Amino acid sequence: MRGLFIGIGNPLRGDDAAGLLVARALRAREPEGIEVLELEGEPVDLIEAWDGAEAVAVADAVASGGDPGEVHRIDAVAGPLPATLAGASTHAMGLAEAVELARALDRLPPRLLVYGIEAASFETGAEPSPAVRAAAERVADMVVEELGSR
Amino acid sequence: MSRRRIETNYLARVEGEGAMRVRLHGDVVEEVELRIFEPPRFFEALLRGRALGEAPDITARICGICPVAYQTSACQAMEDALGIEVTGQLRALRRLMYCGEWIESHCLHLYMLHAPDFLGYESGIAMAADHREVVERGLRAKKAGNRLIEVVGGRAVHPVNVRVGGLYRAPERRELEALREDLERCREEALETVRWTAGLEFPELERDYELVSLRSEVEGEYPIDRGRIVSSKGVDIAPAGFDATFEEEQVPHSTALHARVRERGAYLCGPLARFELNRERLSPLAAEAAAEAGIGDGCRNPFRSIVVRAVEVLYAFDEALRLIDAYERPDAPAVEWEPRAAVGHGVSEAPRGLLYHRYEIDEAGEIVSARIVPPTSQNQRSIEEDLREFVAAHTALPDDELRHRCEQTIRNYDPCISCSTHFLDLEVERR
Repeated sequence: MRGLFIGIGNPLRGDDAAGLLVARALRAREPEGIEVLELEGEPVDLIEAWDGAEAVAVADAVASGGDPGEVHRIDAVAGPLPATLAGASTHAMGLAEAVELARALDRLPPRLLVYGIEAASFETGAEPSPAVRAAAERVADMVVEELGSR
Repeated sequence: MSRRRIETNYLARVEGEGAMRVRLHGDVVEEVELRIFEPPRFFEALLRGRALGEAPDITARICGICPVAYQTSACQAMEDALGIEVTGQLRALRRLMYCGEWIESHCLHLYMLHAPDFLGYESGIAMAADHREVVERGLRAKKAGNRLIEVVGGRAVHPVNVRVGGLYRAPERRELEALREDLERCREEALETVRWTAGLEFPELERDYELVSLRSEVEGEYPIDRGRIVSSKGVDIAPAGFDATFEEEQVPHSTALHARVRERGAYLCGPLARFELNRERLSPLAAEAAAEAGIGDGCRNPFRSIVVRAVEVLYAFDEALRLIDAYERPDAPAVEWEPRAAVGHGVSEAPRGLLYHRYEIDEAGEIVSARIVPPTSQNQRSIEEDLREFVAAHTALPDDELRHRCEQTIRNYDPCISCSTHFLDLEVERR
């Protein structure tokens, strides 16, 4: 089974880097059978990236009012991302749109898990917050658990 | 007399977020504001003290949609400062990669963001259900654009193969040849797309813009990667003349700077301006398609920019194939250079219009100062003037309809707000 992880984010916008931090944490774990990608969250790129993959996990920053570092795990095949999470990152047309566009075009992978990490700040030039760094490590473990070869 | 106020605090289908406010007093448009909240010129500050060779990769981070434009303008500004020029096949590769970016960026806007306005859908997603073939065509074209960038630039998002002086590695001819079949198919489909956009219904709006674009110094070449800066009112300058001709000013309602032609006012850059100032330089195929689409004699209706973008996509496929035909792998992937203290200017035609970079570097090759003028901030004033004219002519429309039309007016520009800012609210208000 081919597993794919996509981390979304901008490295220069504080906690917006959350998805990228997960990608790096995941690479450090050298998981068997999981390909790791970093993208900016443009929907068509996302759809192209997961084309042909069987099991996909995506992580992105969200701002839905939860505590910084809180992790939301959503099964995107089951239905649209909750409105409170959709479009909350700095990528105006982002992950939620990619999921729905893929659904409309029958291009969703058989399994698609979304991890939304609550961000504290998207300030330009800021470092990611400690809460989000710690959450990225936890999400990396969860992704290994979900997608790694057993 | 009643006051109406139309606001949209979140503008969908633009890259970033934005706010627009239109205030009407009866039939009189009192105020039109496009508000852009620009973070302090973060990147210009970030660049100070960095090595000149880092500028292309750092500035490419400003925009996920047009990194090639940022890399190209940055490289050319540095090369200008260093007194070197990238020519021949190295320049052709730069242009080829840029064609990929035009295709990618224009197709995203055209199919996913702009077309839904004309077909009456809330979003590209809603449109995809009913117009699947059209959307799939857009995705195929965009993918072909991605592949071009990947083969020349090393990867599709934030190309890593670009450096001041050229590339780290020039592709083999066979790597480019492998793209041919896809590009030819997409060129065919791009022609269909021009015809398809020509059949859409366009609101009336003819504007008398001062149009600004590059003009290539190579005869018969449509401007993409370099050229002189020209305008419909007689500007004709080398890139170094940018500051003497254009100025940016602070306006109270936006933290982004507004650009204008000194002592004259607003101007327009982007596809419409490029097309109007250079349409005799399109390839025969693209020129014929433009004529068939009804814009062969010109186009000043910003709503028709979707047709112009479709023509430019067709041109980009045509031009990419021409460049691949003529490609011979250069002996060296880059021109060598030595740092020196100097100022350099670089311009290129980002998908949304003119992108100007200026750097001052010291003798050790460190950046002393950086200035970046993206197309969206140059067009901001024209967007507001479009809104003003459009609203004044359509005050009878109900609020919802007017709001939608105002949003569409802004989307004509494919405003890349991530270039000029990251969080733009859009609000239309009338009361």
